[in-house]
Amino acid sequence: MTPVLELSGITKRFGHVTANEDVSLHLDKGEIVSLLGENGAGKTTLMSILFGHYTADEGTVRVEGQELPPGRSRAAIRAGVGMVHQHFALAPNLTVLENVMTGTEPLWKLRSDRAAGRRKLVDLSARFGLKVDPDARVSDLSVGECQRVEILKALYNDARILILDEPTAVLTAQEAESLFATLRQMTGEGLSLIFISHKLHEVMSASDRVVVLRRGKVVAERRTSDTTREELAELMVGRKVERPARPPATPGAVLLEGVDLHVRGKGGASLQGIGFKLRAGETLGIIGVSGNGQTTLAGLVSGLMAPDSGALLVKVQTVATHDVPHAIAAGIGRIPEDRNAEGTIGDMATWENAVLERIWSPDFSRRGVVRRAAARSATEDIIKGYDVRGATVDGRIRLLSGGNMQKLILGRVLEAGPDILVAAQPSRGLDEGAIAGVHERLLEARGRGAGVLLISEDLDEVIALSDNIRAIVNGRLSPAIPAERANAQLLGLMMAGDWSAAEAIEAENTHAL
Amino acid sequence: MRFERRDHPSRLLTVLAPIGAILAALVVAGLLIAIAGANPIRAYGLILKGAFGSRLGLSETLTRATPLILTGLAAAVAFRARLWNIGGEGQLYLGALAVPALGMLPIMASLPAPISIVLCLAVGAIAGMILLLIPLGLRLRFGVDEVVTTLLLNFVAVLFVSLMIEGAMKDPLAFGWPQSVPVPDSAILPKLMERTRLHAGLLIALAMSIAVWWLQARTVFGMRARAAGLNPRAAAFAGVPLGRTLIAVACLSGGLAGLAGAIEVMGVKGYVTTDLSPSYGYSGIVIAMLANLNPIGVIGAALFSAVMFVGADSMSRALSIPSYIADVTVALSLLTMLVAIFLAQYRIRR
Repeated sequence: MTPVLELSGITKRFGHVTANEDVSLHLDKGEIVSLLGENGAGKTTLMSILFGHYTADEGTVRVEGQELPPGRSRAAIRAGVGMVHQHFALAPNLTVLENVMTGTEPLWKLRSDRAAGRRKLVDLSARFGLKVDPDARVSDLSVGECQRVEILKALYNDARILILDEPTAVLTAQEAESLFATLRQMTGEGLSLIFISHKLHEVMSASDRVVVLRRGKVVAERRTSDTTREELAELMVGRKVERPARPPATPGAVLLEGVDLHVRGKGGASLQGIGFKLRAGETLGIIGVSGNGQTTLAGLVSGLMAPDSGALLVKVQTVATHDVPHAIAAGIGRIPEDRNAEGTIGDMATWENAVLERIWSPDFSRRGVVRRAAARSATEDIIKGYDVRGATVDGRIRLLSGGNMQKLILGRVLEAGPDILVAAQPSRGLDEGAIAGVHERLLEARGRGAGVLLISEDLDEVIALSDNIRAIVNGRLSPAIPAERANAQLLGLMMAGDWSAAEAIEAENTHAL
Repeated sequence: MRFERRDHPSRLLTVLAPIGAILAALVVAGLLIAIAGANPIRAYGLILKGAFGSRLGLSETLTRATPLILTGLAAAVAFRARLWNIGGEGQLYLGALAVPALGMLPIMASLPAPISIVLCLAVGAIAGMILLLIPLGLRLRFGVDEVVTTLLLNFVAVLFVSLMIEGAMKDPLAFGWPQSVPVPDSAILPKLMERTRLHAGLLIALAMSIAVWWLQARTVFGMRARAAGLNPRAAAFAGVPLGRTLIAVACLSGGLAGLAGAIEVMGVKGYVTTDLSPSYGYSGIVIAMLANLNPIGVIGAALFSAVMFVGADSMSRALSIPSYIADVTVALSLLTMLVAIFLAQYRIRR
């Protein structure tokens, strides 16, 4: 039987960088193949070649034996290849139906056949169990629903081969499970899937076969049933990587306290009366499905917004002025959720990015004039001390990889010696090696007595780093449970808003004290 | 064919981009000259000779470059912070009008020249600032696109000038011509060359270029303004007060354009008319782009533009080529510059 999809000998170079080197892989009908690899291993490049976004320097792509012309997305779509991007390509101001139908009808057609489109969409949605309201505006949908729309869009184009680029990056564990069920159903209907990921447990549970990519080359191929997570991890990274372990905590005085905080979210969910305490030498992990107020909580502590009511206390003092310089001066170190959009300014130099948030301090400016020598030497220290690879003091920061950008951000924050550290999604999108590095730094900060507020969607990360864990649901915080008591099921309940078990544990603990 | 962003746009390319753009514009304009029946090389030779070949030509070129440097700076500082100030023309006119308006105060006649000059320059700059702060306020408060508001305010400003010079500020001794009362004698800028129009405003413009460069490259304000322009969200995260930074940028930009008007009226004309500026405000946008928003580069770009205009006047007297060729060349250079900037930042792949 000819495979439905066959990539052979694909090589792609960008300047001096070889993104893919002689990569071959095939996909059989009704199969789910995982493409596993770290960031920068060349997964996305390979799929972009398949989908016609890039042209390969060498090699061919065949769909059901037919060679695809290079660099033609339209040809790929016509051949039945569909792609679900990591970053959704949906128009928020249009409805689900409109989004799905966009691009399927000729531009010159005078009237769009909504009725036929709706029938097809409803039919697909029922057949694959992808429930969406065709008339809902995309801007009103949750991330999980948006993803369903993306998948439906591909199916609507009669895709028989579906490529999912890191589909679970934005989903909760439960949503991911239901996605996997959908994927199984699709293969049952004769579709073939390529699933791109760097998360081992997903690869293990979702796919039939795993192709491991490292530095642009295929380093191994395994049937999922014949391998283990440990083996895959080693194959992917090329060496054994262990995340650092958390030593026991020695909690001290309360450093950060929230009292009945209400905050109207700017572009994020609101906080509706939350309270918490963060002690020195302690990590408080906040888990939750994105869009439940994490961004607002991080923004509040970071000094980006002021509460409407309630109080935020830093070292027992109520914060009076909610702005960034005051927050930093009070000893709050801030690791933003989005490195590219918030944490750095891509077209500014590394040194400018390193000092911008403290440019007002006498260390880096005097009477409004930037102390360039001091700023540059401080940046030099960060680059060396935090091993920011590829960075030069004057180079534009956009050239750094995500991991190295994060190292620079960690460096600029930790060099200021913060007492409180707000880390929002600190390892999102990073690969195993970089994650271990970030975790080490966060544990180090906790070890020298800083209080760490860790806001993350990665449950493994939260369990590994936190002393206490709370869930954020609809702008409210659940009771805190000690990390030792956490397991996937309990955390899942907490994130879903069922706090009875957590309350019992908290009551037990208070009682024990 | 696709475009890929260059990781390291080389310094050489960045410098060569405007030169290449100007050459390309000259080649295209040369074709037009050839079509009009003249030898392009000879025409360009005459332009250069007209602009530099005599004491008068040189002084005229520099006189012409003076307001262009200032309006170019006004556009460059605003664009750096992604504040799209298209209203340089209106700000220039209001800045110009403010000088004779101040001169109507009786006390101005008795002030010594240095004080009077500084006061008039300041008032001109403030008038320009105010005209830009209105659209900025609308943007910050209601999200109104400043491209539209600043552009339309140009017409409002020029009509306001027209209203004033035919009414409250009309010069009673001008035989009914619509022109404003004259600038007070004490506020006339000293000449740099005898028997020419070249005045001390050139020195102010050059000093402003250096001052703006220093502000942008060396100060906290400059760094924040750039950050706010490049990535407002990240700038806010780093504690840059976006609103206040933009207000400061607007004051600088509007102030420079207002200063251009004040200097023009204090150095060249001596009174305000509605043909005070042959679109200096709009040319400033072209000059800022040609200079790649670099304040020092603005000097060179303004000179190029001034050479074309002054030289084309004398060229058109010798050949039968209309002097409009200067407008065409300068406008073409904006288009070629946009292409050149793009090519300096991206590479073409097939």
